[in-house]
Amino acid sequence: MKSESDERAEQLTRRQFVAASALGGMAVAVGCRAGARGNWEYLTDGQAGTLAAICDQIVPADQFPSASQAGVLTFIDRQLIRHFRGHQDAYRDGLEQANAMSRNRFGLDLADASEEQQLELVSALEHESNAFFELVRTHTLEGYYGSPRHGGNRDAVSWRMLGLEEPPLLGRAQYDLRKGSPS
Amino acid sequence: MKQVNAVIIGAGAAGGVVAKELAVAGLSVVLLERGSWYTANDCRKDDLRNQRTTVLGNAFGPDDDRNPRIVVNSKGELHTFVPSEGPYSNNAACVGGGTLSWGAQAWRYMPQDFKMRSTYGAPPGSSLEDWPISYDDLEPFYEKAEYEIGVSGDYADDPFHPPRRRGLPMPPLPPGREFEILGPAAKRLGLHPFHIPMARNSVPYNGRGPCMRCRWCCGFACEVDAKNGSQNTVIPVALSTGNCELRTECMAKEILSDDRGRARGVVYFDAHGHLQEQLADIVIVSCCAIESARLLLNSKSRLFPNGLGNRYDMVGRNLQGHQYTGALGYFAYDTYDDIGPGADIAVCDYNHGTPGLCGGGMLANEFVRLPIHTIDRLPSGTPGWGLAHKKAMRDWHRRTIAIIGPTQQIPTAEARVTLDPSVKDKWGIPVARIQGNCHEHTYEIGDIQAERARKWLLEAGAIDTRLLNQAQNAEKLTRGPDANKARSLSNHSDVVPAGQHQAGTCRMGNDPQGSVVNRTCQLHGVDNVFVIDSSVHVTNGGFNPALTIMAVAYYASASLVRNWKGTGFRS
Repeated sequence: MKSESDERAEQLTRRQFVAASALGGMAVAVGCRAGARGNWEYLTDGQAGTLAAICDQIVPADQFPSASQAGVLTFIDRQLIRHFRGHQDAYRDGLEQANAMSRNRFGLDLADASEEQQLELVSALEHESNAFFELVRTHTLEGYYGSPRHGGNRDAVSWRMLGLEEPPLLGRAQYDLRKGSPS
Repeated sequence: MKQVNAVIIGAGAAGGVVAKELAVAGLSVVLLERGSWYTANDCRKDDLRNQRTTVLGNAFGPDDDRNPRIVVNSKGELHTFVPSEGPYSNNAACVGGGTLSWGAQAWRYMPQDFKMRSTYGAPPGSSLEDWPISYDDLEPFYEKAEYEIGVSGDYADDPFHPPRRRGLPMPPLPPGREFEILGPAAKRLGLHPFHIPMARNSVPYNGRGPCMRCRWCCGFACEVDAKNGSQNTVIPVALSTGNCELRTECMAKEILSDDRGRARGVVYFDAHGHLQEQLADIVIVSCCAIESARLLLNSKSRLFPNGLGNRYDMVGRNLQGHQYTGALGYFAYDTYDDIGPGADIAVCDYNHGTPGLCGGGMLANEFVRLPIHTIDRLPSGTPGWGLAHKKAMRDWHRRTIAIIGPTQQIPTAEARVTLDPSVKDKWGIPVARIQGNCHEHTYEIGDIQAERARKWLLEAGAIDTRLLNQAQNAEKLTRGPDANKARSLSNHSDVVPAGQHQAGTCRMGNDPQGSVVNRTCQLHGVDNVFVIDSSVHVTNGGFNPALTIMAVAYYASASLVRNWKGTGFRS
């Protein structure tokens, strides 16, 4: 069964995020927090909102989707009870600290802060909480550029962005590869 | 269980070959493998979970839950690692071993690679030594491996290639775009580029079709079974004789020996975790360098209180792998053609002959890259995140070429595998502990190789380059796709990078006090135990080692079968 936020994100994907991507990012983030209980396997909705704000600074939306729009939160959330389970505490404490920093600076939860404020805070996070930032950065990029089967890189959006055919043309093989032939 | 003629522990590159040779010769064989038997259907094309990129674990074992190892850094600090983490120095655990998911480069070592000490002299502090056998001894067996496993390529343009009686059984795959770019550049530099020999079908061979040239190559099982390993060549032949029984998911605990100091068989845990005893006339250890040493060290008895064949404290020493260095080049146009296997051009100009350096290594372009590999391989100065990073991914993913190579390591006796006194795996068997480093001269050679790779890329028209040498590796460790584990890894750059090319721990030699096995891979002092895998490599060449592992396995098997038919090993 698809949750509301999943469906919205998929609709957005189909629209290819042309110009309204910033708005789309907000919509997903809001959707996550407002979604029904059980949207996530490990994260609470509050944690997911904070994480989405950080992930979307690591891979922001431009003409291509942001991290959260491409499903990176789903990727991280799933793995936090699987291969990344050893990082549960780091995520719990790190997200709490990031939110606390945001409230300190802006008087707002990180998820509610403006884009500029979020960028400022994530930059601060990189310096003040580097271990946690690197963890999220690594997982975000892995989810965004990795295999769609794990929930990130939805519809292979990042591969298409890089100009890779998806699905790849198998069997085109060696015969097209004479010198000078277009690939 | 019924006693058999031979029990082989490990169904990898070497174990598969030995199983086939013995079974065909008429010996009854049990082949034990701790992993599973995967097929082409298990390819899965999972960028995050394969044998090369292990973000979500290894695809072909061993699993993270049951198989820890301890790594000791130069400060003496102990760290526990699981198989999907770099310092663990993993090799796959499955039928076929590393050759299921390898890149399939199938190199012969050069004659000098077997005579490193007499060619260069041993640098002080190193344990550089000659092999007791020569290239000429192995040549017929290299050829046998090339034909039975199936190797494609073309040595015609390699003037450094040692003498061979027959060409390769298959022509090379047509060149990719990187070959077109790098080939002329290499020639302008006076180098001698040629097609990498690959254990990969370029034409139908051995009943299987050719490579379809997809992106998911090195690190993956081949979806069309065009990549050749022991699992789709020699092991099926062994089984078809009716003389060989393959038992998977069987974890060897120890080798049993009798009161006269001869081996009786193997004790192992079967797939259900039950302890089993397989008696055999001869025992063959083919578990790869780290696990073979571990099994011998764990096989303690009254006559061998420090482990089987370890009377002179030699088992586990001289652990080595390869020092991988090179460079990345950034080009002003698309160099990426999305065509596997990617690696196709190499030069052997730098393997030997540089004044002041003990050897060197082959340099080749890298396997086809997945997007995940580009994340931390962008030009220096690119921000690690944000819009600039995303844009750089778009700008550069299709415009980079990497040239890297396995620099031959100069071994030391201090780089070694021992048993951890307290940590045990899930079966209760003491785990391997890895410590010590290769000789510092290795890093000197590696850095020079990296500069050479950079020069080649610049000649090919790269507009920017980045070295992948020791210093850059250290930088990568603190920020990389593996950042979380990299932080612990950066403490370990002073431990020998053994990796899946691990070798050396049961050195072959004529002196029982300075080596573990003799020139036929027979354990000194225990005439019915053989170590046949990369463990016996005295030095590891400047090439990917698998074809040499297989050639040594054919060579040792031939001698074993000869002896068996003569006097026999039965007591």
